[in-house]
Amino acid sequence: MAQNMTADAAHAHDEHHESPVVFGFWLYLMTDCIIFGTLFAVFAVLRDQFAGGPTGHEVFELSGVGIETAILLFSSITYGFGMIAAHENKVSTMRTWLGVTFLLGLGFLFMEIREFSHMIAEGNGPDRSAFLSAFFTLVGTHGLHVTCGLLWMAVLLFQTAGKTELNERMIGKLTCLSLFWHFLDIVWICVFTFVYLMSVI
Amino acid sequence: MLGKLTLSAIPYDVPILVGTFIGVAIAGLAVVGLITYYGKWGYLWREWLTSVDHKRIGVMYIVVALVALFRGFADAIMMRSQLALAYAGNPGYLPPHHYDQIFSAHGTIMIFFMAMAFMQGLMNIVVPLQIGARDVAFPFVNTLSFWMTTISFLLVNVSLFIGEFSQCGWLAYPPLSEQQFSPGVGVDYYIWAVQLSGVGTLLTGVNFFATIVKMRAPGMTYMRMPVFTWTIFCTTVLIMVAFPILTVAMGLLGLDRYLGMHFFTNDGGGNQMLYLSVIWGWGHPEVYILVLPAFGAFSEITQTFSRKPLFGYKTMVYATASIMVLSLVVWVHHFFTMGAGPNVNAFFGVMTMVIAVPTGVKIFNWLFTMYKGRIEFHATMYWVIGFMITFSIGGMTGVMLAIPASDFVLHNSLFVIAHFHNVIIGGVYFGYVAAMNFWFPKAFGFKLNEAWGKRAFWCWFIGFYVAFMPLYVLGFEGMTRRMNHYDNPEWHPWLLIAEVGAVLIALGIVCQLTQLYVSIRDRNLAENRDLTGDPWNARTLEWSTSSPPPFYNFAILPEVHELDAFAHDKEAGIDTRQAGGNYQPIHMPKNTACGFLIGAFSFVLGFGAIWYIWWLAAVGLIGVIATVIARSSDNDVDYYVPVSEVVRIEQEHTHNLMAAQAAE
Repeated sequence: MAQNMTADAAHAHDEHHESPVVFGFWLYLMTDCIIFGTLFAVFAVLRDQFAGGPTGHEVFELSGVGIETAILLFSSITYGFGMIAAHENKVSTMRTWLGVTFLLGLGFLFMEIREFSHMIAEGNGPDRSAFLSAFFTLVGTHGLHVTCGLLWMAVLLFQTAGKTELNERMIGKLTCLSLFWHFLDIVWICVFTFVYLMSVI
Repeated sequence: MLGKLTLSAIPYDVPILVGTFIGVAIAGLAVVGLITYYGKWGYLWREWLTSVDHKRIGVMYIVVALVALFRGFADAIMMRSQLALAYAGNPGYLPPHHYDQIFSAHGTIMIFFMAMAFMQGLMNIVVPLQIGARDVAFPFVNTLSFWMTTISFLLVNVSLFIGEFSQCGWLAYPPLSEQQFSPGVGVDYYIWAVQLSGVGTLLTGVNFFATIVKMRAPGMTYMRMPVFTWTIFCTTVLIMVAFPILTVAMGLLGLDRYLGMHFFTNDGGGNQMLYLSVIWGWGHPEVYILVLPAFGAFSEITQTFSRKPLFGYKTMVYATASIMVLSLVVWVHHFFTMGAGPNVNAFFGVMTMVIAVPTGVKIFNWLFTMYKGRIEFHATMYWVIGFMITFSIGGMTGVMLAIPASDFVLHNSLFVIAHFHNVIIGGVYFGYVAAMNFWFPKAFGFKLNEAWGKRAFWCWFIGFYVAFMPLYVLGFEGMTRRMNHYDNPEWHPWLLIAEVGAVLIALGIVCQLTQLYVSIRDRNLAENRDLTGDPWNARTLEWSTSSPPPFYNFAILPEVHELDAFAHDKEAGIDTRQAGGNYQPIHMPKNTACGFLIGAFSFVLGFGAIWYIWWLAAVGLIGVIATVIARSSDNDVDYYVPVSEVVRIEQEHTHNLMAAQAAE
């Protein structure tokens, strides 16, 4: 009986330390992945429905999209540096890298909004054809995720201001945002390949 | 300033709605008055509305589900009465505009707010107790899920008195649901209600999957998990796979309506069949999301009241998992008539029929569990046996519909309506009611009245057959669904019979209400009180703690050595609660109003967006974001229950237990 007691006590102890937060966030990301998967499927169905409007070849400017891709991929690396610093409890280094990531994300978003507004100004908005509806929705959903990621990053920057060390909960939050940010990167690579490259080829 | 909202949106010229409004207002005022009179607002707020205790959240879910049942059933009996009257020269009492809203609301409410809320309530009450955990993985997310579901249901009911509801059926097929053909706010109410409640359900899926994976008691391997937990486990997987697809379907339809996009429109290259594929990509798994937990409940009840372990536990688990996988590859059987060609239809037809195999395995497992068991014909068992008969018939008509050639004849006819009510009432609803009767004493500490439970069963059981068997006949006679008026004299007698069935079901609901009333009135009688925590001599861990359980569920986490842990402990003479007084402080989450606030702001967001009141929608959205940030910045979210408190509660339980034994 006494042995049971120690086992129970040890378990209670473990339970307290092993937070399910990161696992739960993984699960959420997988559901988000299904949202994107469905949007990709919708895009695949509607990609030829131009309704007399422009084709992808006519509206996409690959150079701009290439720069966007480079910025986003680079921001994943800078976030990674931030996480290394976080695990070493170097709060100010972590905050610097997060700040750099934030600016890169903002740059990406700025370029995307510019691309969208150009297209809309030329009369090629999402209401022009089913192809453009699918394009704006898929890419816009990614952009919306990036916006949420930036807001989240700003909140974490604010919450870590003036801190000299990071507690477990904060590391958990940084890890979740890290997963989110890299996930958006992977989604973007699919967007770049299946939406932009394949429409231009 | 108020967008589309004008005084003409209030239907003060429709007598049925004015009457309903007066009724709802009087009932609402009575409830508010009683709470105020007894000074219970603080108690309600602190102990229930802001609670993160999974048992209380579960009870609140079921309260919402019962309210939804009344609303949904009121719609049903209005439809049946219309069709009993609206024959030949008689237009009936419901004009098409109103009738179409009623059948749309009936389906939407029964699936999203009756069945889903009931199911989530049951899993909340039972699963953490069954796996020997003290709470769910994310208690705050749990209260958030509850409030998202609740405010969405509120949104549907607001549409009764402000504006209108969708007239496009419960799945809002385009192009009818597009702005061009449905310019009113009805479809927008539908989209926002479904979308917001979907967020809540998705979070429940994530939460309970993580709970089952991470928080099982020591020694509880996957193959030692109770069957109900297994079915919930598979259901949460289906929720996580299917609900994001629903989110996309509603999102795209919303973009068509709000921003003039062309996903499903007639013009601009839109494709309506794409909507069908997406919505049924969610819709078919949804059927199994609802019915798997019912299967789990039947398994627990059958083994308990047959006084022997479940026959074929492993095959039950594999059957559940097979159904989970197969349910993802059958969605096209909802639109065989689309014209996808014989090869596609054959594939989906065969896959649909294959689902009957694991389901048949389950039916035989339950029968073999009862075989040579010492069956106690408790009220709960009535629902189980009624289910087995009814669900088997529903399953067989389902296999008929799975044959593409016969589906071409029966598509969109009342045969389909009869079939899915046959499986949803006979499977899902009977299962949830059985589960409610079974686990009620665990949640409240006293049993439900059996006599009234049996009366409710007989009314529902007979009422179901009288109401829906005629619909099979009408389907063969060519009557299509969603019809408001008809001229065929052959249909009339069958529809009159169906109306009688609806009245019998109404009596069943009255019996259920009476059962609740009588049980609460007689809760202190010795034969109704559950002092031991194990009123049915059951087999799983939730019965090893007291009824109702302390808020921390288990003072000492149970240790599991084999399947049916509690039955094993009872046979081996191990009293898990008396395992010495060596208690530890217990780590518990603090209650929070954030879930309620996010729900309230989401309601504001939805209402603003439905009526194009954009400043109001912005207030809602900013409110949601601000609450999330505030919650994230709050570091005071948990606490430790001191040992002295645990000792006090446990000693009180021991005292009650001894008093009970002395009384025997």
